[in-house]
Amino acid sequence: MFLTINNLNKSFINKGSSELVLSNINLDVREGEFVSILGPSGCGKSTLLSIVAGLTSASEGNIELSGTPIKGPGKERGMVFQQAALFPWLTVLENVMFPLLPVMSKKEAAEKAKHYLQMVQLGSYTNHSPHEISGGMQQRVAIARALAMDPALLLMDEPFGALDEQTRSRLHEILENIFIETKKTILFVTHSIAESLKLSDRIVVMGTQPGTILDIIELDFPRPRSQSKEELLSYEEKIQALLKSEIDKVTEKEQKHAASR
Amino acid sequence: MQPAVKRIIFYVLLFALWEGAVYVFEVSPALLPAPSDVFVSLYEGFSNRTLIYDLGASFRRLFLGLAIALLLGVLLGVLLAKSKTADETLGSLILALQSVPSIVWLPLAIMWFGLNETAVIFIVVLGATIVMTINIRTGIINVPPLFIKAAKTMNYRGLRLFTKVTMPASIPYAVTGLRLAWAFAWRALMAGELLSAGPGLGYSLRFASDFGDMARVIAIMILIMLIGIIVDLLFFQRVERKVLRKWGLATD
Ligand SMILES: Nc1ncnc2c1ncn2[C@@H]1O[C@H](COP(=O)(O)OP(=O)(O)OP(=O)(O)O)[C@@H](O)[C@H]1O
Ligand SMILES: [Mg+2]
Repeated sequence: MFLTINNLNKSFINKGSSELVLSNINLDVREGEFVSILGPSGCGKSTLLSIVAGLTSASEGNIELSGTPIKGPGKERGMVFQQAALFPWLTVLENVMFPLLPVMSKKEAAEKAKHYLQMVQLGSYTNHSPHEISGGMQQRVAIARALAMDPALLLMDEPFGALDEQTRSRLHEILENIFIETKKTILFVTHSIAESLKLSDRIVVMGTQPGTILDIIELDFPRPRSQSKEELLSYEEKIQALLKSEIDKVTEKEQKHAASR
Repeated sequence: MQPAVKRIIFYVLLFALWEGAVYVFEVSPALLPAPSDVFVSLYEGFSNRTLIYDLGASFRRLFLGLAIALLLGVLLGVLLAKSKTADETLGSLILALQSVPSIVWLPLAIMWFGLNETAVIFIVVLGATIVMTINIRTGIINVPPLFIKAAKTMNYRGLRLFTKVTMPASIPYAVTGLRLAWAFAWRALMAGELLSAGPGLGYSLRFASDFGDMARVIAIMILIMLIGIIVDLLFFQRVERKVLRKWGLATD
């Protein structure tokens, strides 16, 4: 197995008391698979991704990538955040070159960076500053930057969450093409059911308080998914039903909390 | 009407009023000279090169003091940002010293270094170092955690993370620090020169005052003001605005 997450637990210490955020997470991801993580806000999706990225440590359990335990960040894992996180003091091209500079010459890095910028259709924006391009373009630069390291595993935390519907659906196409072309393994966090149905081979549906895996749904449909709209509808309803009980749970807890004050 | 036009009219009126008042009320030049006398004195100062000489001497001290202050400020700022213990101890002292105008150190400085340039430079360094330190510290502490996280996923850590991400990310604060350091240094320098040895603008001002040459006193005051405005407006505010816009921090 490519990525294995075994009996993972994560607690945060909040004001002296420990709060369980992720409970008993088990997940295996095959190489070349597109896996979405879907769940209500606060269920620990970002935390899970951050643990796989090596930015946060797990409280219990182990995570292995190709048989090697994950202990910290590594160049075989690239990450795209919800905000583009581009460095404003660098140009678009320099941002994409950033992960490459420690390991190759400037010239090679520039060539490679240009290649990835073309892949996200931004080949003519190399000399712009991040603040001179739109949010959707910034996010594409962030994707190019993550791809430039040629990571085996690409981690994406709601990368299109802040974008409008049209831009988002264009980026879905670009991402799907990149996925098919580069054969990367992608772990993709989202709270949009439509997005996950459009893009993933499997959907991990998470519940909250504490974050657990409710169900893992296989989507064995050819790409692009627009051909299988009808079949996907039944999946959408199934996921909606799963998430509804979770959201009810949160609402109920909030109301109890409000009543007890 | 454009602000520049309004401003020109305002200053012309101000000088006319001043000139008129001095003539109408026959004010003694030892109390308040007419603006025409001030401009003549300013012109004389430049044509006989005494003011140019003073400017050179003042600027030499200023740049020397600023250079030392910036170096110290950056080093101390990094130390305070990186070491919690240093921040809690030395940091509190630096914050406390910030509320002391650096000129009050002059008597001590004169005892330590003598009535000379070194004492003045010491005052300049002290004033500028403290603001620079505080701004560098704040800049480093306020680097967005997302930048650090992103860089870590790209295999940056340790010294490289610091020089390639933390430092450039804190440049907006460093620029503000530089601007304030310059302003503090300029004020400290003038005060120091006024109370200590020459040559220099501040010293010449006191010298003129001792001889009752109020036209020269005001001429030098105007010069001090002009230099302050020119450097701040034409240089620092522009650089600051540019940096803020590029770093995505500008509000417009
Ligand atoms: N550094 C931290 N310290 C303490 N608690 C944290 C920390 N990071 C996250 N949490 C808590 O962990 C829980 C999960 O947070 P997380 O950001 O992983 O949620 P999420 O599923 O990504 O939500 P969203 O969809 O809103 O982004 C939240 O209750 C949050 O308060
Ligand atoms: Mg999140």
